[in-house]
Amino acid sequence: MTRKQTRTAFILASLAILGLAAGLILYAIRDTIVFFYTPSEVTEKMVQPGTRLRLGGLVEKGSFKPAEGTIYSFRITDTAKALPVTYKGQLPDLFREGQGVVAEGVLQADGSFTADTVLAKHDENYMPKDVADRLKEKGLWQHMEQQGGQPQ
Amino acid sequence: MIAELGHFVLILALAVAAYQTIVPLYGAARGDGRLMAAGTVASLAQFALVMAAFMALMQAYLSSDFSVLNVAENSHSDKPLIYKISGVWGNHEGSMLLWVLILSIFGAAVALFGNNLPQSLKARILSVQGSIGFAFLLFIVVASNPFQRLNPAPVEGNGLNPILQDPALAFHPPFLYAGYVGLSIAFSFAVAALIEGRVDAAWARWVRPWTLVSWAFLTLGIGMGSWWAYYELGWGGFWFWDPVENASFMPWLIATALLHSAVVVEKRGALKIWTILLSILAFSLSLVGTFLVRSGVLTSVHAFAVDPSRGFFILMILAFFVGGSLTLFALRAPSLKTGGLFAPLSREGGLVLNNLLLCAACAAVFIGTLYPLGLETLTGEKISVGPPFFNLTFGPIILPLLLLVPAGPMLTWKRAEAWPVVQRLWWAAAAAICLSLLVLVITQRGPWLAIAGIALGAWLVLGAAADLVLRANFGRVPISVAWARLSGLPRSAFGTALAHGGAGILVIGVILLSLWREEHIVALKPGESVAVAGYTVTFDGEAPLRGPNYGGRLGRFSITRDGARIADVVSEKRIFEPSNMPTTEVGLVQGFWGDIYVVLGDMETNGARVVRATYQPMASWIWIGATVMFLGGLLSLTDRRLRIGVPKRAAAPLPVPAVE
Repeated sequence: MTRKQTRTAFILASLAILGLAAGLILYAIRDTIVFFYTPSEVTEKMVQPGTRLRLGGLVEKGSFKPAEGTIYSFRITDTAKALPVTYKGQLPDLFREGQGVVAEGVLQADGSFTADTVLAKHDENYMPKDVADRLKEKGLWQHMEQQGGQPQ
Repeated sequence: MIAELGHFVLILALAVAAYQTIVPLYGAARGDGRLMAAGTVASLAQFALVMAAFMALMQAYLSSDFSVLNVAENSHSDKPLIYKISGVWGNHEGSMLLWVLILSIFGAAVALFGNNLPQSLKARILSVQGSIGFAFLLFIVVASNPFQRLNPAPVEGNGLNPILQDPALAFHPPFLYAGYVGLSIAFSFAVAALIEGRVDAAWARWVRPWTLVSWAFLTLGIGMGSWWAYYELGWGGFWFWDPVENASFMPWLIATALLHSAVVVEKRGALKIWTILLSILAFSLSLVGTFLVRSGVLTSVHAFAVDPSRGFFILMILAFFVGGSLTLFALRAPSLKTGGLFAPLSREGGLVLNNLLLCAACAAVFIGTLYPLGLETLTGEKISVGPPFFNLTFGPIILPLLLLVPAGPMLTWKRAEAWPVVQRLWWAAAAAICLSLLVLVITQRGPWLAIAGIALGAWLVLGAAADLVLRANFGRVPISVAWARLSGLPRSAFGTALAHGGAGILVIGVILLSLWREEHIVALKPGESVAVAGYTVTFDGEAPLRGPNYGGRLGRFSITRDGARIADVVSEKRIFEPSNMPTTEVGLVQGFWGDIYVVLGDMETNGARVVRATYQPMASWIWIGATVMFLGGLLSLTDRRLRIGVPKRAAAPLPVPAVE
C-alpha cells in the first residue's frame, strides 16, 4: 500500500467513526435531555403531563410534611406559582423549607409533580444556580434571600 | 508572619517562573549551554519556593491561625489533624496552590531526571513548564491569594465542609492533580518538540513514562473520587456523569489514547503529528477541567467559590495555552517528517482505531458536558444532560474498543493477518462465553446485557492473560522454558496485561452493579426488618451520637442471612458543629460479590425511620479494577526500557555549547 492509500484509508476510517459518533450524539441530545423549568414556566410553556423535566425553586415554607410511610410531599415555589411534589425515597441532607431545591421527575395530569430525584446543594445558604438565575430573571431574587440577594 | 512569608515566597516563585520561561528558551535559540542550564536550577528553585509557600499555608492550618482568611473560612480548631491537613486543599485558594505545587514537582522531576535529554530539548521543556507555572502563579498572586489576612481574627473558624471530611477525599485531590497536572509534562514535551521541529523514537520514549505516571495517578484519583461518591454522598451510585467527574474523565481518555499512540512513534516512527496533537489535547482538557471546576460555571461540590473574575482569569490562561499550542502545531506540524508505512490491518492500524474510538468517546463526553453551558449562554434555555445521554453515546462508542482490546497486542507490526489472531484467541472468547453462560445457569437471571457484560469482562481478562501465555510460548515449548520466558518478559508486558485485565474487572463491576442492583426504601420501626437480595436488614434502634466535631443520631442495623448473623452496621446522621450542617454516613458491609448499603433517613409521621437498604452487587470490582489498572501503570513504569538510560538519540545533532 502506498503512503497515499494508507492516508486515505486512515482518513476515511476516521470520518466514518467520527460521523457515527456525531450521529449518536445528535440523536441522544434530542432524545435524552431534560429541560429545566420553574413552576411558573411549567404553566407558561404549557408543559404536557407525562413530560420529564427538572423543576427548580424553593421548598415552600409550611408545605413540607413528614413522610407518610416513605412518601414525602411538599411544594416547590418560585414565589409566583407553586407545584405540589411527591417523592418516594430519602431526601438529601440539606433539604429544608425555604431552601433551594431541584427535583427531577414527571409532571402528572392533575398538575402535581412526581419526583424520582431531589437535589439540594451541599452548602447551607445555597440556592441552585439555576433557580437563582431564574428568580433574578423574574425580578424575585430580593424576596428570596435577604443576606446575599441583589435586586436586578 | 509566616503567612506573609508564604505570600512573599509565592511572589518570588512567580519571578523565578518568569526567569525559567525566558532564559532557557533564549539559551536554546542561541545554543548557549549556560543559559539552557539555567532552566534546571530555576525549576528546582521554583519547586522549593512553592513548597515553602505550601508549607506556610499548612502551618497556618495546623496552628489554626484564624487571622488568615482562608483558614478562618475553612478550618476549625476541633477538627481532627488529618482534616486540618486536607483542609489546605479543600478550598479554592489552597487547591490552586496544590495545583501549582504539583506542577513544580513535575518540573523539578524533569530537571533532575532528564539528564539524558538533549540539552536544548530539556531547556525548552522546562521553559514551557515554567510558563504554565508563571500563568497559574500570577493567577494565585493576583486573584486567589491564600494568605489573605482577616482583621480582626475570629476566635473560631467556620470549619471544613463536612462532606469533605473523609479519608478518601483527603487524598483524592493530590492524586487527581498528580494525574491532571502531570499531563503538563507531555504538553511541554510536545510544544518543545514543535519548537525544535523534531519528533523521533527517542522523543516518544522520553514522553511515555511521564504520560504513564500521569495516567496511573489519574486512574487512581478518579477511582478514589468515585469511591468517595459511592459511600460518602450516600446516593448509592459510583458515577453520575456529573460535569466535574467528566472534567477528570476527558483527560483520562485522551491520556489513554496518548499512551498507545506514543508506542507507535517509539516503535515505528509513525503517527508523530497525531501524538503531538494528543499531548496538547490531553493537557488542554486538564485546563478545561480546571476551568470548569474552579471558575464556578458549574454548581457542584467542587465549585468552592463563585467568582466571575477568577473564572475569567482561568479562561484567559486556558485560551492562551490551548490557542498558542494549537497555533504552533498548525505552523510546525506539516514540517515534521512522517515515517513508518503500515497496512490498515496491523498493530499500528489497531492502535489508530483505539485512538479514534477513545477520541470519539471523549468528544461525546465533551459535548454532553459543555452543551448545556453553551446552550444557556446562547439561548438562555436551561437543560440537563444526564446519564441517559452518556449511556447512549459513550456506551456504543467504547464497546467496540473493549471488544477489540485483546486482539490488539496479537497483531503484528506493519502488516497483520486476521486469521492467526483468531487462532490465538478463540479459546479465550470461547471460555469467556462459557463462563458467562455458567453464571446464567447458576444465578438464573438476566437480562442478556448482564450476561454479555460478564462475557466482555472475562474476554478482557482472559485476553490479557492470553497475551502473556502466548508470549511465553506456553504449550509449544516445555513448561520450564515457558516459565523462564515468562519471567524474562519485559515488565511493560505485565503492565499492559494488568491494565487491560483491570479494565475487564471494572467492566464486570460496572455492568453488574448497574443491572443487578436491588434497592428498597421502607419505613422501619425498631425491631422491624426488610429483605434485600436474600439478606435481612433489621433496624435495631437508634441512639445519640457524639463525635469530635459533630453530634447527631445513629441507627443500628443487623444483617442476617438465613438466620445467621452476617454483620452489624451503623448509619449516622451527623450534625457538624460550627456550621450545623447535616451529613449522612452510610452503613456499609463490603463483600467480594457485593456490598450491603444501609442509609438511615428522616423520621416519618408514625415515628418510623425511612430506611434505604441496597444490595450493590460486584461494587468492589469497580475499585479493584481501577486499582489493578493503576498497578499496571506503575509496573510498566519500572520497565528497564523506560528506566535506564536507553533513550539516547542516535547521532542527534546536539547543540554545541557556546564557548567563550
